[in-house]
Amino acid sequence: MIIVMIATLYPFLNILAISLNDALDSIRGGIYLWPRKFTLNNYRTILSNPNIYQATLISVLRAVIGSFTNVLSCLMVAYGISRKDYIFRRFISRVIVFTMYFSGGLIPTYLLMKNLHLVGTFWVYILPGMVSAFNIIVIRSYIDGLPQSLIESAKIDGASEYRILFQIIMPLCLPVLATVTLWVAVGQWNAWFDTFLYNSGKPELSTLQFELQKILQSVQSASTNPDFSASLTSSGRTVTPTAIRATMTIVATLPILFVYPFLQRYFIHGLTIGSIKE
Amino acid sequence: MAPKKSIWNAIYNQRQLIVLTFPFLIMVLIFNYFPLWGWILAFKDYKPYLGFQQSEWVGLKNFTDLFSDMYFFQALRNTLVISSLKLIFNFLSSITFAILLNEVKNMLVKRTVQTVSYLPHFVSWVVAANIIYTVLSPDYGIINDLLVKFHIIKEPINFLGEPQYFWFIAPATEVWKEMGWNAIIYLAAMTNIDPQLYEAASIDGAGRLKQIWHITLPGILPTVKILLIMNVGWILNAGFEQMYFLQRPSTLDYSDILETYILRYGIGSGRWSYATAAGIFNSVVSLILVTTANRIASKIGEGERVF
Repeated sequence: MIIVMIATLYPFLNILAISLNDALDSIRGGIYLWPRKFTLNNYRTILSNPNIYQATLISVLRAVIGSFTNVLSCLMVAYGISRKDYIFRRFISRVIVFTMYFSGGLIPTYLLMKNLHLVGTFWVYILPGMVSAFNIIVIRSYIDGLPQSLIESAKIDGASEYRILFQIIMPLCLPVLATVTLWVAVGQWNAWFDTFLYNSGKPELSTLQFELQKILQSVQSASTNPDFSASLTSSGRTVTPTAIRATMTIVATLPILFVYPFLQRYFIHGLTIGSIKE
Repeated sequence: MAPKKSIWNAIYNQRQLIVLTFPFLIMVLIFNYFPLWGWILAFKDYKPYLGFQQSEWVGLKNFTDLFSDMYFFQALRNTLVISSLKLIFNFLSSITFAILLNEVKNMLVKRTVQTVSYLPHFVSWVVAANIIYTVLSPDYGIINDLLVKFHIIKEPINFLGEPQYFWFIAPATEVWKEMGWNAIIYLAAMTNIDPQLYEAASIDGAGRLKQIWHITLPGILPTVKILLIMNVGWILNAGFEQMYFLQRPSTLDYSDILETYILRYGIGSGRWSYATAAGIFNSVVSLILVTTANRIASKIGEGERVF
């Protein structure tokens, strides 16, 4: 148990220590859990780079808009197919579950996005993933657990389906909706591939993960990225790629590290109800 | 009652449900099913300047090229090896971890360990690869430092640069990232086991290990089966981002998987049709695998199947 804890925590703390240590000093190695020459210079350098603010903004926007639209649409579909009398119920659930195992592949999907004029736009982050099969199954199995008589009595009172969904079902679904929102938000925050594939030519739509990967790449290939080295010289501080890499990692991870201990109760709950089928 | 009329009646009566679901059904059709139409590309010699319609038909040429390319089989071999190792290590590690955690009776310890253990699940592979790079680095990485200090090795090893280590690094880092998270589901399954079984067993004189073997393991078996079936369908997806971020040009012989292969040929060298053919191969084999696994499971098992 202790080994697991150390093996899990150590790498994070190590990166944190490197990010807080003087950059030139870090090259000598031997930084483990505690910075040797404490400095915030690495963070100052990162934060003086205007690209980072833009990337953070895009990352936040896609996390917020992405999770809101995804959860809303999945809730609507899940409600529809949870109704036993709905005539398209089987058809819709089959069509959606099938997508979990089958995809058109990289190239055809890319061409589709291109033909829909989504390449090079912000919406390519939001629209393709808006309806997700797994989330629908999770929400739906939660709705199935609610008493059906609620819906019937509301219908007798003359409520429309919209009203039943948004005024009766949705408030009862809050725990599962919170879970799914968090999953989607984390997924959106961590996404890298879609930026790489569709928006790598658009710096204004770049995300934090993408910027981080760019830095990682430039360190590895030792070929310097022009934007990146420009930001280093203009800041007039001594920083090294290693220090920047560590600092950037912390910047891209911090929001998650911050929220997740508070929300882990929901994660577990949601994962459990979603995966164990009766 | 005429059947036709009743269908239209039902549609009319359920028009609100249709309004709620159909827009999203259409989105799924566009984003998930429409690309299947693009499979035609695999049978053409697609040239972007000629467009979809004008490009020339070439029959099965892309597939025959694919099956005669050495690098394709190399990528296929790496995919299968890495995926299988990951599957085995993931199952073993997370089940073992869940069992150990289940035996911990102190709630505070249990919760702390658990919280820490799935921390890595929530960071992206970009971040994870970055961390792995730091830990394994030959200059200042802890692993090399320790190995040298304890005289297990003389010179620091460049783990990520040497091809022979890759098949081990991929599953090991996957276990580091996902073990805790995967254990959640087994823990949940264990809480459903009737505590009376344990009481009865201990009265009969069964020790901790015997109880684990005869009660806990059979208790989580259905969950294990379902997860196995689901994961078999993913065996050709070895984890694109992980491989892409951890691989180096020097390790390609062992780290190139189908997905990175497709990316390199598709986007990288502009062989769209060829990469589409490789993608079709991937999709079709995955579907065959998951349906076969599902069928086998429902035949031998007690009706456990995913769909």
